[in-house]
Amino acid sequence: MPLSSEPAIVQIDALDFGYGDRLVLRQIDLTVRRGQVVAVMGASGGGKTTLLRLIGAQVQPLRGSVRFEGRDLAQASQEQIFAMRRRMGMLFQFGALFTDMTVFENVAFPLREHTRLPESMIRDLVLMKLNAVGLRGARDLYPAELSGGMARRVAMARAIALDPALVMYDEPFAGLDPISLGISARLIRTLNDALGLSSIVVSHDVEVTFDIADYVYILGNGSLIAHGTPQQLRDSTDALVHQFVRGEPDGPVHFHYPAAAVADDFLRPAATAQGRRA
Amino acid sequence: MNQRTIDLWVGMLVVLGAAALLFLALKAGNLLQLNWGPTYSVTARFDNIGGLKPDAPVKSAGVVVGRVTSISFDNQTFQADVHMAIDARFKFPVDTSAKILTAGLLGDQYIDLSPGGSDRNLTNGSVIHNTQSAVVLENLIGQFLYNKAASSGAGEGK
Amino acid sequence: MTVADRLVAVGAATRRLLADLGFAARLFVRLLWLAGRVLLRPALLVQQMYFLGNLSLVIIAVSGLFVGFVLGLQGYYTLSRYGSSSALGVLVALSLVRELGPVVTALLFAGRAGTSLTAEIGLMKAGEQIAAMEMMAVDPVVRVLAPRFWAGVIVMPLLAAVFSAVGIIGGYIVGVVMIGVDAGQFWSQMQSGVDVFKDVGNGVIKSVVFGLAVTFVALLQGWRSLPTPEGVSRATTRTVVIASLAVLALDFVLTAMMFST
Repeated sequence: MPLSSEPAIVQIDALDFGYGDRLVLRQIDLTVRRGQVVAVMGASGGGKTTLLRLIGAQVQPLRGSVRFEGRDLAQASQEQIFAMRRRMGMLFQFGALFTDMTVFENVAFPLREHTRLPESMIRDLVLMKLNAVGLRGARDLYPAELSGGMARRVAMARAIALDPALVMYDEPFAGLDPISLGISARLIRTLNDALGLSSIVVSHDVEVTFDIADYVYILGNGSLIAHGTPQQLRDSTDALVHQFVRGEPDGPVHFHYPAAAVADDFLRPAATAQGRRA
Repeated sequence: MNQRTIDLWVGMLVVLGAAALLFLALKAGNLLQLNWGPTYSVTARFDNIGGLKPDAPVKSAGVVVGRVTSISFDNQTFQADVHMAIDARFKFPVDTSAKILTAGLLGDQYIDLSPGGSDRNLTNGSVIHNTQSAVVLENLIGQFLYNKAASSGAGEGK
Repeated sequence: MTVADRLVAVGAATRRLLADLGFAARLFVRLLWLAGRVLLRPALLVQQMYFLGNLSLVIIAVSGLFVGFVLGLQGYYTLSRYGSSSALGVLVALSLVRELGPVVTALLFAGRAGTSLTAEIGLMKAGEQIAAMEMMAVDPVVRVLAPRFWAGVIVMPLLAAVFSAVGIIGGYIVGVVMIGVDAGQFWSQMQSGVDVFKDVGNGVIKSVVFGLAVTFVALLQGWRSLPTPEGVSRATTRTVVIASLAVLALDFVLTAMMFST
């Protein structure tokens, strides 16, 4: 996929975000071009989900800009933000399906809320989306009756119901069995290409994500520590990237949590604070 | 449960609630006895209205013929002006007298109208001059004690 | 903690309290303002009326019946000591219509419907359903909170009327049928003693006010709950406590305004 010829759907420049004096994200530069699957990876709690919320205009940056389809989100009015959100689809970590509605009603929800299409057309659209994720037959089940993988597929169908320009996936692979994992990864790539979408995948599953992504950004401690195509990152000589990509237990991210020297703990136990037997 | 079934049940709830309200208004309350018809306004002047309150009934021969609408104090005559709304169906002569009576021994007070004999009737804005004030309990007791003292004094005092 | 630390803590707590009150007030005004929009989606409103109203009907009616029984019994024993047992009808009716109907219904509603509202909203928040709705450019206040709010307000006076009506029947069953108070006196004294506007009408106004208060408290606690099991459970407890206290306090204020001479 040619990287520089397609227009940027999402453009983030010099972004800073945090609470009080604690910065969660520092000087982030990120571009998502049309048709790309972009992966955002990094250690847990590293601000990856926050990035999605910034793109969805649920929070505002402290410094820097977030642009969606060329428009700066900080300058946009409430109506403009609502209009932009209709061009985005978001898949939450465990699906976030509406538990009081069936699978069909969940996928139909954005269509019923935002369009005036007749029910017959909505029915056809919903069934098409469900078919794309392989769950057309599950239309009358309730979310409580679905497995984790199935719930996320329904959420995917709901996310593409309005044919958005951008779909964001928050940890789509977390906790899935190998088959569901394969299905989800395949679907993300296939839907992206077939529907001409752009996708942002937040994940820390290196193998699967590298398999489907066009470009990868790796975050560490809130800053961008590396970015490139999956192949570039695999070939990288940077120690942190190396540790992350290979999943090595020790490296720039230490294995041991900061503690006293081994000798202090094991050779002189009385000198250190110990818990008492309850 | 589809929308039609839910609509049905909620419809029944609303009907049940409305029926309960209707029951309260008609069977328990006095909606049927309320008079919505036309009335004319008459004023009566009393030296003492006792415990008479606005909305107290105006009765004649024991039947409700009107309501007290408001009570005010006339600073010139130093009397209480009681304004009443009388049902337009009932006509009273101009020399009708108004008394303030008590329902039961210690109940609420109301106005009783005793008709006079005149040919002319009270009209809207008329004033009733024959009035008898409310019985004030303290005065009654005081009178009783006074009479008692007087009679025993008269018996002994020779 | 030094004295200065404690003062800082008090100041910070006050600021938080004011911010919370401000948020609650703005949400309340917003919900009131959304009455028109709610009527544009009657299906949602009717659905919520079913969950809040129909599913509370049994407990309200049964409670009303038993309260009526007790009023009949207690009322008879007290009145007969003064030879006024013929006033039983008036006693039962006024007690129910003016006070017990609106208040007890509101308390039962807070316990049954209020807690389920709080839990539902809290769990929706915890399961990210609210965030998902926002990301789909659907305002959850309009779609989720407003229909529930107005359903509660509409349903409360209906339930209170049912409570009072069933209670009067209960008082009749105990007083007239079982004890033997004269039926004619029971109803006729009631009819002359209960004013449709002052007693029944004020009772309806009370139940509408209670509906506004209880439903709002339930929705607010769910909306502000922490998205954990403990958070939701604490929120439902707070709903019952705050809603009940609010009902009793408002009852005092309303009674003073309506029934003082």
